[in-house]
Amino acid sequence: MTSGVRHISRFKPYQRAMHLILFTSFLGLAATGLPLMFSDRPWAGTLARGLGGIQVAGVLHRMFAFMLLALFAAHVAELIWRLTRRREHGLLWGPSSMVPQPRDAAQMWQHVLWFVGKAERPRFDRFTYWEKFDYWAVVWGMVIIGGSGLLLWFPEFFATFFPGWIYNVALILHGEEALLATGFIFTIHFFNSHFRPEKFPMDMVMFTGRVREDELRHERPAEYARMAADGSLERLARPAAPAWQVLAGRVVGGAAVAVGLVLLVLILVGTY
Amino acid sequence: MSARFVFVVGALAVCLLAAAAPAAAQAPAAPADDDCLACHGDSTAVRANGTSVAVVSAVLANSVHGTQTCVSCHAGLAKTTEWPHPEKVAAVACSACHGQEGRNYEDSVHGRAALKSGLAVAPRCSTCHGTHNIQPPADTESSVHRARIAGTCTKCHEGIAPLYAKSVHAQPLGPAGSAAAVCSDCHTAHRIQRGDTDAWRLSVIDECGTCHLSRISSYRDNFHGQKTTLGSTRTATCSSCHDHHVILRASDPASTVAPQNLVATCRSCHPQANAAFVKYDPHADKHDQARSAPVYWTYRSMQVLLLGVFAFFGAHTLLWFPRSYRARRAAGAAKGDTPS
Repeated sequence: MTSGVRHISRFKPYQRAMHLILFTSFLGLAATGLPLMFSDRPWAGTLARGLGGIQVAGVLHRMFAFMLLALFAAHVAELIWRLTRRREHGLLWGPSSMVPQPRDAAQMWQHVLWFVGKAERPRFDRFTYWEKFDYWAVVWGMVIIGGSGLLLWFPEFFATFFPGWIYNVALILHGEEALLATGFIFTIHFFNSHFRPEKFPMDMVMFTGRVREDELRHERPAEYARMAADGSLERLARPAAPAWQVLAGRVVGGAAVAVGLVLLVLILVGTY
Repeated sequence: MSARFVFVVGALAVCLLAAAAPAAAQAPAAPADDDCLACHGDSTAVRANGTSVAVVSAVLANSVHGTQTCVSCHAGLAKTTEWPHPEKVAAVACSACHGQEGRNYEDSVHGRAALKSGLAVAPRCSTCHGTHNIQPPADTESSVHRARIAGTCTKCHEGIAPLYAKSVHAQPLGPAGSAAAVCSDCHTAHRIQRGDTDAWRLSVIDECGTCHLSRISSYRDNFHGQKTTLGSTRTATCSSCHDHHVILRASDPASTVAPQNLVATCRSCHPQANAAFVKYDPHADKHDQARSAPVYWTYRSMQVLLLGVFAFFGAHTLLWFPRSYRARRAAGAAKGDTPS
């Protein structure tokens, strides 16, 4: 990791800031919500007391929920603005789109074949199929957990539209989907993005915004070729990230991963 | 005045005798029951104020303490040398033998009222259990037998008697045709707490749960119960909805959980509750398809989703790991470094 090596800018500051807000609110929601879900476990009482009592945990949970809902609304607004004003129709389809496309299924199959040594590594573009899954899992989670959470937050208001048993369903949905989201992030996302041997211990791109040019060429050859052809490679070329930024990323990202793994252990202890 | 004077004079006399005749200084023998009954066996024996001090020896003999001597309980008189003894004698310390019950009582609202607040009407052991006639709880004559407990408690708590009498708990559904639940089933026997404390509001939930097994598990599995488990006192407990003392079946029109009364009951905490709101089931059971079909199917669907996602990505990860490990080794070998 010499500073002379050319890096390519992959995420803008506001995108990294959104990821920071996303995982801060996500971890906050998990830490303040899991005690309720596992209320019959000894650690739940300890964690709730550590948070200042279950009443305080409930207030914090709603604050983090507001933070995450605001982030989600900002992202939707950004997408609408980029589609209508900037006319970035590539958001909807094409190599830089988050929308799942036939090549994603093909690349997933080829990737699995590569795992077992029966194919070449797929020529990934800007977003791989597992990154798209992560993205849409957040969207799905926002709708399911956010929707059910709002129902449970304002039950008397929503009772003017829905029968009361919707809260019974909402409570199950909220908890089970939260288990799916936390369990997925703390195992699959952590592995895919940080823990797999090629990335271990942590992929810093979401903290520094930059990826080493040779790494980009190796990991996402289709995107690299496109960027080389349209000149954006030169435009987005950067020096290595400053040391303070790498250090800050390691501290903040490492803390987030540590919190996630502790919560994962609590979930596993609570479930089995 | 006279009793204390007599006692002081008597004590001085004992001291003088002890000093004058060291050979006679050994502790006096404790009085035998017959010694006591020499006075107390007289059915007309009275205190200075005219109240009876008579003891019917057959009553004591038939009690659970029939094999005890008088001074086993009236231990303060075992070393008395002055007869008749003063009117004011040390209180019987039941906890000398019944230690756990004593400690529980000391920490109860009854014990604190009697021992800390000095409340004259606060109940002592004998208030509930009797004195020389004490019987074990299993004895039908005992004041704390299941069939008699309500009568014993309502001697003081008389306002509760008509309320409890209406309750489903007063119905003969309990052991041997006794009431379904008597006072001590919910309030405990010796650890009785004030009904308006947070500690009691939270702990009584488990007392309800000792009988209502499926209801306690479904309560604990829903929002109210999850919160109270973690110590929230701003959340519905059993009595918030079902009332206390006047606990009625939901089929009883006067019940707080009768369908026509649910809106009013829920409104005690949720002021805007309406007819739709009360279709919420605080005892929904995700495993019970008959009671909670939407919850049951939601839970089943979510289980399938979780299993599917984790099975797929679990396998994906397990396959990826060794390949990624080899890729890192290969990259490191090619460059003498590893990609960061």
